[in-house]
Order: sequence, then C-alpha cells, then structure tokens
Amino acid sequence: MVDWTFEERKHIIETWGKINVKVVGPLALRRCLIVYPWTQRYFGTFGDVNSAAAIMGNKKVAKHGITVLNGLERAVQNMDDIKNTYAELSVLHSEKLHVDPDNFRLLGDCLTIVLASQMGRAFTPDIQAAWQKFLTVVVSALGRQYH
Amino acid sequence: MLTKHEKELIAKIWDKMIPVASDIGAECLLRMMTTFPGTKTYFAHLDIRPGSPHLRSHGKKIVLAIAECSKDISSMMVTLAPLQTLHAYKLRIDPCNFKLLCHCILVTLAAHMGDEFDPVAHAAMDKYLSAFAAVLAEKYR
Repeated sequence: MVDWTFEERKHIIETWGKINVKVVGPLALRRCLIVYPWTQRYFGTFGDVNSAAAIMGNKKVAKHGITVLNGLERAVQNMDDIKNTYAELSVLHSEKLHVDPDNFRLLGDCLTIVLASQMGRAFTPDIQAAWQKFLTVVVSALGRQYH
Repeated sequence: MLTKHEKELIAKIWDKMIPVASDIGAECLLRMMTTFPGTKTYFAHLDIRPGSPHLRSHGKKIVLAIAECSKDISSMMVTLAPLQTLHAYKLRIDPCNFKLLCHCILVTLAAHMGDEFDPVAHAAMDKYLSAFAAVLAEKYR
C-alpha cells in the first residue's frame, strides 16, 4: 500500500490532466526505441524500426504508444491499488510478451523526459519527484507477477 | 559509441549552457535531491534549499566540467583525470548516484530546450553522460 501525500496526489493528477495521450504516447515510445535501441527487440512485427527516421514515421509504433498510455490511465484512476490493477497486465508482459521488466523503467524515464520537454519550467522538481514516485510504483506493479 | 555528428551536437548543446551554468546546475541538483532523497546525504555540509548560493555554485562547477569535456570528447580520460582522483579518494560518492544525476540533467535539458531536445539529441546526450560517469568512477577500485 503506497502512501501518497495530498501534494503528491495533486501533482500526479494535474500532470496527467495535461497529457494528451494521442500525442505523448507516440512520443514516449518512439523516444524509448531510439534512445535504447535494444528495446526494438520487442517490435519485430511492427515493420521498419531500424532507424530514428523509420521509428518516427512508423504508424504501428505510434498506435502502440497510445495503447501504453491508455494503460497508464488505469493507474492514475486507481492510485491506491496499482498493484492489483496491474496484476493481469504484469502476467501478460511476463508470460506472453516476455518483456524484461527493466524496460518499464526505461520507458518511464523517456515519458518523464517527454513531459519535461512539453511542460518546460512548469515541470518543477516537486512535480517531477511526485511523478517519478508514481512511475516507480507502476513499474514495480508491472514487474510483480514475474517468476 | 558516439558518431562525429553526435559529438558536435553534444558540444553545441553544452556550449549554450555555459552562460547559464549556475541556473542549470542548481536545477539539476535540486531535481536530483527532490526525486532521489538519498542523494542529499552527500550534501549535509551545504545549504541545499532552492535558490541557495551553495546549490548554484556547486551546480555551476558540475555543468562547466561537463561542458569543458564535451569540447573534446575523445580526450575524456585525460581531461577527467583530476576529477577521477577527487571522486575516488576524497568524495567517494557511490557511483550508482551518477546515473541519478545524469537522468536529472536530461530532464533539465528537456525542460529548457523543449522540442529541440529531440530523441536523437537525447540519445547522444545519454550516451555522453553515461560515458562521463563511467570514466569518473574508473579509479574507485
């Protein structure tokens, strides 16, 4: 059970409110595939992901970015029980998709940097800290059903 | 592995940060200490409240060192030799913290540069900072 202060909850919910999933999802996933190219290993069926240019233009990558961010919304809406909210997703990523759970942290970091580039100075240190605490909980929940 | 283009890109970005080194440096440190409170343990001797002159002067030192090194990345091992010794024998900061500061440097650059800090710039910068951190830790043992 995670302890959220009033401020942290406020920061997380307000930050989420500023995110346009259709824009930020693709930006975050593309960035992850470019900055950490080994993550491309999970996208063999997505067509050409072999260069930054190809990744930026890849429609399947963009669509999947939206899927991932829509999944994150469930955590925002269930902040007091992220662990159970993500139990099935965790099993899926472990048993079916076989994703190394360290990748969740990499994608989370890319998402944080996309937010910083969009929000600029408004992404204050306090907001960053609350947001990253939230992502740490999400990442932990997604990795929990790996055995 | 950094390409010639990436090295030029990195040098260009840091060159722009030199005039605002105190601001950028202080922000990086503040972000790190707020998001990763364990890092505050290394600063018990300083005033680390937002805006403090200690944060600004310490942040400036860090930014200028990174900027200076970016002008000739191939000579990193030579340029950083004194800092390697300082970190290994005097400061003894656990190297796991270097990646926390690197992440906060990336966040600060993104917040200041907006769209200009695109995935290609981000990748190049992440590689440079990782290499910098690795070289800094080389004399630890």
